[in-house]
Amino acid sequence: MASASPLIRLEGLSVSFDGVRVLHGVDLDIGRGGTLGLVGESGSGKSVTWLAALGLLPGKARIEGRALLDGEDLIAASDRRLDAVRGGRIAMIFQDPASALNPVLTIRRQIGEALALHRGLSGRAVGAEAKRLLDLVGIPDAERRLSAYPHEFSGGQNQRVMIAMALAGQPDLLVADEPTTALDVTIQAQILDLLDSVRRETGMALVLISHDLGVVSQTCDRVAVMYAGRIVEEGPSSRLFADPAHPYTRGLIGALPPLDGSRRRLVSIAGTVPDPRDPPPGCAFAPRCLHSDRRCTGDVPQIEPIEADRRMACVLAVHRRSEIAARAGREHTTAETVAP
Amino acid sequence: MTEPLVRVDDVARTYHSRRGLFGRAVEVAAVDGVSFTLGRGETLGIVGESGSGKSTTGRLVLGLEPSDRGTVAFDGAALPKGGTPDWRRLRARMQMIFQDPLGALDRRLPIGEQIREPLDIHDIGDTASRVARVADLLDRVGLTRNHGRRYPHELSGGQRQRAVLARALATTPDFLVCDEPISALDVSIQAQVVNLLVDLQAEFGLAMLFVSHDLRVVRQVSRRVAVMYLGRIVEEGSADDLFASPVHPYTRALVSAAPTPGRRLTDRIVLQGDPPDPADRPSGCAFHPRCPVAEARCRIETPRLVDVGGGRRAACLPVSGDATSTREAA
Repeated sequence: MASASPLIRLEGLSVSFDGVRVLHGVDLDIGRGGTLGLVGESGSGKSVTWLAALGLLPGKARIEGRALLDGEDLIAASDRRLDAVRGGRIAMIFQDPASALNPVLTIRRQIGEALALHRGLSGRAVGAEAKRLLDLVGIPDAERRLSAYPHEFSGGQNQRVMIAMALAGQPDLLVADEPTTALDVTIQAQILDLLDSVRRETGMALVLISHDLGVVSQTCDRVAVMYAGRIVEEGPSSRLFADPAHPYTRGLIGALPPLDGSRRRLVSIAGTVPDPRDPPPGCAFAPRCLHSDRRCTGDVPQIEPIEADRRMACVLAVHRRSEIAARAGREHTTAETVAP
Repeated sequence: MTEPLVRVDDVARTYHSRRGLFGRAVEVAAVDGVSFTLGRGETLGIVGESGSGKSTTGRLVLGLEPSDRGTVAFDGAALPKGGTPDWRRLRARMQMIFQDPLGALDRRLPIGEQIREPLDIHDIGDTASRVARVADLLDRVGLTRNHGRRYPHELSGGQRQRAVLARALATTPDFLVCDEPISALDVSIQAQVVNLLVDLQAEFGLAMLFVSHDLRVVRQVSRRVAVMYLGRIVEEGSADDLFASPVHPYTRALVSAAPTPGRRLTDRIVLQGDPPDPADRPSGCAFHPRCPVAEARCRIETPRLVDVGGGRRAACLPVSGDATSTREAA
């Protein structure tokens, strides 16, 4: 866990829709200026976590737990208070910038709106600040482009505009939900570079939600892996990727075809993600896990420290991590022939 | 050398589209002079970003779209015109699978019946043998007979793609075109389907054209890889060599931009600018406005795909040096 007073702390955050629990007690700390990658497959709860924390879920969602921003609980906050926080201290960007922007308003109007609302700017100051933001996110010819509409920009440029709008409120935290998934590889690299440089310049914290392990590890110091509504492993990204501990994390990394070295058969994870309406007993990953035994179908494993700065939720691995690693090595001897 | 199964020679496809309500009609060259050969049981991967023409290439090769020029030969004979009875007969030997399995399946029919459909259409076997064949195909792609009785919406995304694959294999084709077949699937399911494709390819001796934006997946299933940019192949070579030592500046940027777990943003080549508009193709080499090594002549001369040694072909003037000193590729 991070330092004594995190910027934001999620405590036992849970979400249910119509009595079906999709998020099961998520605990997470993000320090000032920190970067956290949240990885998982569809339905793992990585987006719901932040939508719940920011009060963006529909009314029928039942939310428990706390989301503390500098000690203030956002779950209990009034709508008025949340309006000030969202786009102000915490900004969020999404996968599809074209649908998040208003097609009939110029970029100047849309960025201006955020500047008026969260910074109280008006008149000429709005135009000047909007131009500075477009410059910051690398849109060439910013002055002229302010008068353009979203359809006149490419997908990558629209995502830059979204980032500019998110930065308008000078947020302490930017939550980016699959910001590059809809973009081409070369444009993805540009946007990740941009997020990284903006973060360094402004000192804001960044939560990057992605299904892509590679994207997350390029930009984030810490990574949390989610499965079926729970964090199953969390730690510094360098160590998590070099030496994954949870069988699911190991599986995800093994499922990725290498780009160099000898080709090997991919280590696929058998089966599919469980239906939240009919979860398996005990550990949700147990039915797909190569290492599961009797103990895995008892109590749900709690997330516990496995070494300084790392946590994991796995009954077996907490006690017998080395044994699992040894066993995995034997099972996938071919998998280990990948050249560095 | 024996005749390749598929020989594609200088195919091209131009679309006409109108810009805005009263705009002028503009020509968009989706594919502009693509040539390659594919041997029996061989897999060629085509990588590229959106607008590179990789999907259109797949459709041209199957005759799903007419080519404006050039020729496609299948098993030594020119591909019959799309829609003709000859072409339909040939389609039993050439199949295709797409990104979205739900869109490719009929929602009102159990998947077992859909896997059987090609056998009915091409009149292969009698009723009993068709039933047995469906059961065998389900088994080959890792589904049960019970799955065969279910409707598409009752299956997961990975199971649906398996069903689509079983249907494509029903007529024991020689050639399979896969267009982004796993892009819509979750990471853990992608690996299952990739392994299955590799197994089936070996088992059936299939020739495959594997189209994807995902370099890792393309490398995993392909022996040779072609990289496309704005309707043209810019580099082609063996999958291992090409990704290990790309020579074309665009391939180098693509490989360096592919995210690798555990690797931070360092010494990566980040291309400047947006992908170009196919309707407004830059002069000379189409990549020159984004190219870190572009020279003055790149703006004027259009590079041809030439042999650069080691079984590699590339279309880049600075790479191939003086065009006259390099041997032209066949």
